[in-house]
Amino acid sequence: MIRFDNVSKRYPEGRDALQAVSFHLPAGAMAFLTGHSGAGKSTLLKLIALLERTTRGQLFLDGENLSRTRSRRIPFVRRKIGMIFQNYRLLFDRTVFDNVALPLVIAGHRHQDIGRRVRAALDKVGLLDKERALPITLSGGEQQRVGIARAVVNKPPLLLADEPTGNLDPDLSRDIMRLFEEFNRVGVTVLIASHDLDLISRLGHPQLQLHQGQLINPEVLGTT
Amino acid sequence: MKVPGFVQVYLLRHAQVSLNSLGRLYRAPLASLMTAAVIGIALALPTGLYVLTGNLQRLSAQWDGGASLSVFLSHDVAPDLAEVLAEKLRQWPEIDQLRLITPQEALSEFRELSGFGETLDALDENPLPAVLAIKPADNAADAESASALLQHLEALPEVDLAQLDLQWVKRFNALVDIVQRSIWVLACLLSLAVLLITGNTIRLEIQNRQEEIEITKLIGATTAFIRRPFLYSGLWYGLGGALLATVLAQLAFLQLNAPVRQLAGLYESSFRLEMLSFAESLVLLLGGALLGLLGAWLAVGRHLSAIEPG
Repeated sequence: MIRFDNVSKRYPEGRDALQAVSFHLPAGAMAFLTGHSGAGKSTLLKLIALLERTTRGQLFLDGENLSRTRSRRIPFVRRKIGMIFQNYRLLFDRTVFDNVALPLVIAGHRHQDIGRRVRAALDKVGLLDKERALPITLSGGEQQRVGIARAVVNKPPLLLADEPTGNLDPDLSRDIMRLFEEFNRVGVTVLIASHDLDLISRLGHPQLQLHQGQLINPEVLGTT
Repeated sequence: MKVPGFVQVYLLRHAQVSLNSLGRLYRAPLASLMTAAVIGIALALPTGLYVLTGNLQRLSAQWDGGASLSVFLSHDVAPDLAEVLAEKLRQWPEIDQLRLITPQEALSEFRELSGFGETLDALDENPLPAVLAIKPADNAADAESASALLQHLEALPEVDLAQLDLQWVKRFNALVDIVQRSIWVLACLLSLAVLLITGNTIRLEIQNRQEEIEITKLIGATTAFIRRPFLYSGLWYGLGGALLATVLAQLAFLQLNAPVRQLAGLYESSFRLEMLSFAESLVLLLGGALLGLLGAWLAVGRHLSAIEPG
């Protein structure tokens, strides 16, 4: 699903965020991305979502060479990815329903279709009774579940999460991780950047470790 | 005719987005109304002046004394022949009214008005010719037809000299012409102002919704999708402004109508102010909407691409 081939990223101000990173995350796999702050976790995720471009090397998503993707195509690449953020990034002037419906509206789904899918996604994250609520009235854990519902509502083959439990207490964090495992069980590829080592070591998925922009252990994924 | 499914979806989405933008404006009524009012006033000014000069032109076309011709007959035309000629000319379709002034009448009129009576008595014979005072028919009153009529009359053997008194009508029309051109210049400048007003309003709206734009970009929105609500906002601003401008112009003319009719009555004229016609209002609304759309387009083109999720 994701293949990095000697990918380097240097920011304009001269900082090397990633250096010669190579790994392959097969479709249907679930892995964690770990490392200290500044190790390059966010940069790696941003390259996959085309929020940043690679400086050197090749990056493939679902067989497409993202180093060559034209900017007009970027929205369509992003529709294959469900993205989850540490600060949830919800629209606070819209209801939970409207937030979750956004990817479907963007993709141009029919009205009846949208209602059905949004309720299915909210049901999966356990928030079916909150569809009329505004995000501000929800707890942090609930807000993150709205974020997850929005990420999965159009059934993308890949979920990317950047510190999804960074603002949550341990119990809620475990719930959120279980949710990711459930989606992985039905075939969704999942890559989660996290530094909550206690929690993720108990879950037992492979951990890609970044250190100062370099990938220490690409072999944990079993492929090269 | 069956409309294909994707066209239906497309139209439906546009309808939704346009209503959503309208709803957004409605939820901030004061701010929206102020923007629309500024646009409305900017559009009302040239519209009002345009309608006013239209009325002036109609007025000058109606003017009775507008074009009058004086035809001086040769001295050797006998009085009864002059009568015959006058009767003949009265049949011409280009001529509305014709008055024959005989040399005697002309002389006595001159004697009364000039104060040279005694000097005239010294003359052996009446030096004044017979004159035909002609008022052309309405459809021959404009400068071109009146000139043609003049040439026609001069070609008659009995006629010594024919004069067309068009000068001041020409001057008046030239003046109206200049005013009209100034209105176009004014309209262009104020249209530019409308562009800038909508552009600036949309720019602020884009800034206010930066977070939303970033998020929608993150989850795969195309530029067209993000652009659309802002373009519709611009369209609504322009349309609202044009609507206000129409109302303002009509109100102003309603205010003017009574005194103008009174003034016309004093001149025994049936002249009435003509207001903005239905077609003209439609053009105004369409123009306002287009200006708003264009202003939004300029703002969106400049400011939307600067917002990238990071």
